[in-house]
Amino acid sequence: MKELLMGNEAVACGALAAGVQVVAGYPGTPSTEALETVAKRKPDGVYVEWSINEKAGAEVAAGAAYAGARSMVTMKQMGLNVASDPIMCVNYVGVKGGMVIYVADDPGPISSQTEQDTRSWGQFAKIPVLDCTSPEQAFEQVQAAFELSEAKSMPVILRSTTRVCHACSVIDVPEFVPPEPVEGFVKDKKWVIFPGLSYQNKKKIFARESELAKTFSENGMNTIAGTGKIGIACGGIAAAYTADAIQGHEDQFTVFTVNTPYPFPIQAARQFVDQVDTVLAFEELDPYIEDHLAAMGVDVIGKRSGAVPEAGELSAVVVAGIIEKQTGLSLDLHPTNLPESPALPVRPPVLCAGCPHRGAFYAVKKAMRGRKIIALGDIGCYTLGNAMPLDMVDTCLCMGAGVTMAQGLNHVDPSTVNFAFIGDSTFFASGITGAINGVYNQADIVLVILDNSTTAMTGHQPHPGTGVTMMGERVEPVSIESVLRGAGVTSVRTVDPLDLDEAVPAIQAAADEKGVRAIIFKSPCIAIVPKQGIAEVDQDACIGCKHCINELGCPAITMMETENGLKAVIDPALCTGCGLCNQICPKHCMEVKG
Amino acid sequence: MKSALLCGVGGQGTVLASRIIAQAAMNSGRQARTAETIGMAQRGGAVVSHVRIGETPEERVTSPLIPDGQADVLIGFEPGEAARNLKALKPDGIVIVNRRAIVPVTASLGKSGYDGETVLKWLEANAAHCFVVDGDRAAQACGSEKVLNVVLTGALAETGAMGLSFEGIKQAMIRRVKPAFVEMNKKALALGAKMVRR
Repeated sequence: MKELLMGNEAVACGALAAGVQVVAGYPGTPSTEALETVAKRKPDGVYVEWSINEKAGAEVAAGAAYAGARSMVTMKQMGLNVASDPIMCVNYVGVKGGMVIYVADDPGPISSQTEQDTRSWGQFAKIPVLDCTSPEQAFEQVQAAFELSEAKSMPVILRSTTRVCHACSVIDVPEFVPPEPVEGFVKDKKWVIFPGLSYQNKKKIFARESELAKTFSENGMNTIAGTGKIGIACGGIAAAYTADAIQGHEDQFTVFTVNTPYPFPIQAARQFVDQVDTVLAFEELDPYIEDHLAAMGVDVIGKRSGAVPEAGELSAVVVAGIIEKQTGLSLDLHPTNLPESPALPVRPPVLCAGCPHRGAFYAVKKAMRGRKIIALGDIGCYTLGNAMPLDMVDTCLCMGAGVTMAQGLNHVDPSTVNFAFIGDSTFFASGITGAINGVYNQADIVLVILDNSTTAMTGHQPHPGTGVTMMGERVEPVSIESVLRGAGVTSVRTVDPLDLDEAVPAIQAAADEKGVRAIIFKSPCIAIVPKQGIAEVDQDACIGCKHCINELGCPAITMMETENGLKAVIDPALCTGCGLCNQICPKHCMEVKG
Repeated sequence: MKSALLCGVGGQGTVLASRIIAQAAMNSGRQARTAETIGMAQRGGAVVSHVRIGETPEERVTSPLIPDGQADVLIGFEPGEAARNLKALKPDGIVIVNRRAIVPVTASLGKSGYDGETVLKWLEANAAHCFVVDGDRAAQACGSEKVLNVVLTGALAETGAMGLSFEGIKQAMIRRVKPAFVEMNKKALALGAKMVRR
């Protein structure tokens, strides 16, 4: 049946159509919906899980592939760093069932720390990479990836980018049938990675590179379209931008679309280069195609020549502008000229109204006023605690880093109190090792777990602490407090972050202790529980001091000029009745009702 | 190719609106593509949804993202966001903009104000066709402020800017919303259409 599918949904449906049996992953924008869609649409006999991190997910998928099942692991590009260890190694060992590693890159970056390029990573790891220009191509590519993986007993990476992951196209989706039963694991020396085996397999991997480059040049996966003398080499969403940019002028161009970046299809590239006079390269992230063409001795107009922006996303208008400038051609897309608009407010993402993280950050700030602290942030909604007026994120690096960086800072300057803020899902993903590291090495930190009972930033996925699995089972939740105590953290306080009278003294007590001490701020994400009520401003009592806005920065509160002066106003659609504003209001005139 | 750009503030439901429009195109046998802001920007940040559809079943839709100056219609769920994205609109394109300004925390904290009315005047001065509508009141009349997205979709349907019939958009809406909310959303579509009827 024809359906409007998002790129990530297309990957899931393509994998199910290919008979995938085991799917694991860890949430991360822009990859998350792929695994969620598998969970929603899977036929009987398909197992799916949110693993605790990408490394675990990759290992689960590798195990399944060793047993002969088709398996897939999903992640964003940052997650590939976490999963590098098993994925790098499994390429040397090989697989029995097809194993696809689905990685979503994030040009911009829009919601990531880096602009790393999985095409380059795949080349480094010597694992084939298939790229996608559109959701419908992603649907095809994932099936091709399984075929290729199984045919060559090697893992295959399917890579896409945000504008493909989160774009929708019309796709004909087949009925999914349960996967075929598989043979199971058969014992063999080949499954044990030893230096001698790696030496032998490295030779095979090396030989495979040129063999696959030839196959990819001849099997139609990479396309050369047009007969014009201006050559454009592109890949991913840049192929769509190119199509828009040259629309109506196609006869001037020959477009080489690279859908198998690694191994690079050299013979096809040679054919393309031979039929054009000029070569431009349009691609986001690394100058990957550009560098491969340059290595063939081609002069390329691209990022290295300074013609194409080296960072951030491209667009059809940017591509058209570069083509015009470099070739003298006149195309149809141009930037719009508008008179200057009135001042528009910047509108970055913020912590939601009622978000318990606001209470946690504010409570620590209030408790530690006048003392030297470092607030180490981490990856999740709570990174948004960096914004004014909370301004409570001094560092943010990668998943789990705050916990261990706090220790490094402490070893250099023991005079500050270092608070490491980490969410519940991030704690399970990569905070536990850091906590144990601190206990063992006698570090002096306050570990703050922001437990909102979900993986909020990526759209509310369950995790080990929630007691719900992606197979729909109810299981015993893993207790963060027990994990901490088991790891040797003796000082653990569980506190409601939206009750300042309780939270502030607890923080002060913890700050005065030594070693690794933990505060678990437990309060659910507002998106997964009903509203507690709505705060109402007593307009007669409000003195318009703006203390609520200046201290909390809650998006539900604005100030309005009335005939009785400036007054705070609550947006009832946004307010969840967390009660934080009334606790700090000097007149306590913002009581929660209903 | 017909293109609609929908923009607003995370949480206002631009994604559902763009999916309804794309679904209506698909139901009539045409190609449809959308591109949406999903993730970090949902938390009260600026969001944009692109919808591009073929005018005939044969027409190919090249890319999901609307190049600047190529949108036939711009639906602004919020005045400032409409102004921010006006560059996407064709010179003879249509703007449908919801009147209520949403003041972000950054503006509440700062001394400089954000004046929605001034922004609306600028939009009216710089768009060939601009409908300023009170979508929130219409949504409240339907029983929930959450149907603002469908109210504005109704307005779009009435303009005919995407070459889709009102009935086609209604059927697509019925496919896309939970059965319990179909009646409320039918009302929202009708009220939205009424707001731009001349």
